[in-house]
Amino acid sequence: MRPLKIIVMAKQVPDTRNVGTDAMKPDGTVNRGKLPAIFNPDDLHALELALNIKDRVPGTTVTILTMGPQRAADIVREGYYRGADDGIMISDRRFGGADTLATSYTIAQAIKKMAPYDLILGGRQAIDGDTAQVGPQSADKLKIPQVTYVEEIVEINEDEIIAKRRLEKGVETVSSPFPCLMTVHGSSPECRSRIAKKVMQYKYARTNTELGSKNTDVALLDLHKKRPYLTIPEWGVEDIDADPDKIGLAGSPTKVKSVESIVLTANETKILSDSDADVEGMIKELIENHTIG
Amino acid sequence: MDNFFNDTPDFKFHLEHPEVKKIVKLKEHDFTEADKYEYAPLNHEDAVDSYEKILEIVGDICGNTIATNAESVDIEGPKIKDNVVVYAKGTSENYDALYKAGLIGMSLPRQYGGLNFPLLPYVMAAEMVARADAGFANIWGLQDCAETIYEFGSEEQKDKYLPRFNRDGATAAMVLTEPDAGSDLQSVKLTATYDEEAKTWKLNGVKRFITNGDADISLVLARSEKNTTDARGLSMFIYDRKSKAVEVRHLESKLGIKGSPTCELVFKDAPVELVGKERFGLIKYVMALMNSARLGVGAQSVGIADAAYREALKYAEERAQFGKVITNFPAVYEMITNMKVRVDALRSLLYETTRFVDLSKVYEEVKKERPLTKEERMEMKNYAKLANVFTPLIKMTASEACNIIAYDSLQIHGGTGFMKDFPIERIYRDARITSIYEGTTQLQAVAAIKGVTTGVFLEQIRQYETEVSEENSEFKSVLQKLTADYEEIYHKVMETENIDYLDFHSRRLVEMAGNIIMSYLLVLNSQRDEKFLKSAKIFINLARSENRERYDYIQNFDPEALELYKIEGGSLEG
Repeated sequence: MRPLKIIVMAKQVPDTRNVGTDAMKPDGTVNRGKLPAIFNPDDLHALELALNIKDRVPGTTVTILTMGPQRAADIVREGYYRGADDGIMISDRRFGGADTLATSYTIAQAIKKMAPYDLILGGRQAIDGDTAQVGPQSADKLKIPQVTYVEEIVEINEDEIIAKRRLEKGVETVSSPFPCLMTVHGSSPECRSRIAKKVMQYKYARTNTELGSKNTDVALLDLHKKRPYLTIPEWGVEDIDADPDKIGLAGSPTKVKSVESIVLTANETKILSDSDADVEGMIKELIENHTIG
Repeated sequence: MDNFFNDTPDFKFHLEHPEVKKIVKLKEHDFTEADKYEYAPLNHEDAVDSYEKILEIVGDICGNTIATNAESVDIEGPKIKDNVVVYAKGTSENYDALYKAGLIGMSLPRQYGGLNFPLLPYVMAAEMVARADAGFANIWGLQDCAETIYEFGSEEQKDKYLPRFNRDGATAAMVLTEPDAGSDLQSVKLTATYDEEAKTWKLNGVKRFITNGDADISLVLARSEKNTTDARGLSMFIYDRKSKAVEVRHLESKLGIKGSPTCELVFKDAPVELVGKERFGLIKYVMALMNSARLGVGAQSVGIADAAYREALKYAEERAQFGKVITNFPAVYEMITNMKVRVDALRSLLYETTRFVDLSKVYEEVKKERPLTKEERMEMKNYAKLANVFTPLIKMTASEACNIIAYDSLQIHGGTGFMKDFPIERIYRDARITSIYEGTTQLQAVAAIKGVTTGVFLEQIRQYETEVSEENSEFKSVLQKLTADYEEIYHKVMETENIDYLDFHSRRLVEMAGNIIMSYLLVLNSQRDEKFLKSAKIFINLARSENRERYDYIQNFDPEALELYKIEGGSLEG
């Protein structure tokens, strides 16, 4: 089997699973400053799948591709710690405020620049937006086949990759030619842990912007000269030949009309007996408030 | 998402001890390896940062894999299948996670694929693993054997065996005990004969109670000199499982640490390689191996003690009786606070001991490369002396204490603790072995009493005394009084010139010294971080009363009363 070139799309997200009382601003938007930034959980599953293929097919390389503000360089470093070979960061103020359409355009432009490639993997969805759109939209823009909800790679041969998809009511096994894009389901294996030597080797990996900050240690700059692989490539609008009208806020037709913070006033649980009257009463109530029916 | 490193700030605290700088500098050869190995540190801060980052990985695996598997491993246990020991599913998962994270061979030099870590972070990792699952800590901790091969093996053996640890995740075993040779290893009978034709040593005989006996690489103690019966006839050998010349005859059914396979092995013309020189097996190599294993049991015991304490606290904080959460009752909060304080004290003693062992070892290493200065030679000697008596002290103290803490923790759980519903019942069973294996408490006392009789403990106590700051003079005067009592009672025992009498009281004397040492360590800790002040106060309360009890016992003990205790007909001849 020939080695594959795999790109893993990974996003830094606020940890919405550990939400404290100050996680939301009074206007109902997410208070990102109060939530720790983490590697999107489904994307970690995608990374594991990529590393698993790398274990199975010698010579395969895994490149982490992330998009976000400077602190998202943590995602590239995390990728290195767990066994990725390369990392690229898409970062430019002009990409800010992108919805899934503009994001997938931006990512697709970057991936085009990375061609040739065999396989693009990403998490099924990110926990900050839960749209599950960026993967499929990117595949569409790249004009390559897509397989969503992947749980396991069953087989890889010269011409095709066979994957199991985890669907609501069962499992579907599908085959796709290369290159293709897959989004990975959270039911696939958890990502392996960081690797001791890799952590020690890559802990000083930085983007040029990070290195450019005022308080950068001179020794760190020297180290980057000696070990150029520690410098994480950073791509801006021009680097990926992006059309300014299709990126950032300008390229995002999605407009959030309003966000409401819902505070439940009634008790969340109601205890009913198993009498017919109680059950009937509840069904009526549910029909009246349009929960069912 | 529990992380056993991040939830225990004490690890960072103990890594910041001033002496650590010296250890790291020597261990890293003045930071000259960074040009050759890209994961080698550039300076002290870089090295310590790496230790912390790697310990964070260990903490993650402990919290999220090993601890969550502990219950199923305890139930399932290992099995023999086609003469191969098959671990419980969880055990294999645990080992695989640590292996894939590159955590096997942590303290081996980089040229053999290791991380070249000093013992200090390695022992911290061992403590966390034991807190997660004490039985699994044995399987992981046996990577100590690699250290012994590194220290005493030939260049060829090092090149052949050592890279297998980090690269292939090789497991190891120390194959020492036999049916009639437990504590008394000099009566080992397994025979080693040199096969002139095959030009190799071969082993025949039976070994028993061998932890992880079916490991990839085993260090075996065997009798190489015919017609001998003592320690000087014993040599150490490396057995490679690939030879397939050992039968795993039986797995023991045990009270605790059930996930760790305890094997009976039959060697049948098993080809082996001699380690080092003939006849030095027990007197030199096994002694070195045992010392690191004892430190390992010290770490295991502290891990168990911490786990037991946390279980007690967690349960008590949620349990209400008589309309109150039970942590409000003095009888309960006293027990829990004492557990916490003892864990703080034991951990301080554990890492003090580890630093001594580290320092004596790094000087040994440097000595191979360049002659030591006179000052360095003196230091090396001093640290070796301290390591020799502190190692049995921590082994004995921590193993006994973790049993008491586990007992009290189960007590806090009440009737529920006696059921199989909470982890404490497993922790309680697992704790029990620590004061038995790698030398019983009674044998540790025999080794540690040298710290009393040679004055090494006293000298070190005096050293601590000089480090106590002005504002802690109140502590100091209490501890000076305890020290004076200890000195007085020890002299009283020595004056009798009665060896049996000294043996009789040796554990008491060692415990008195240990209490004073731990008290000082907590006081000194509080000078770097005031959160230890409370522990220091409480521990000194305990130490004072415990030492007073021992003092009174010895003071009022007539040497002639020893006769009353003797059991007639106890000798083999009789």
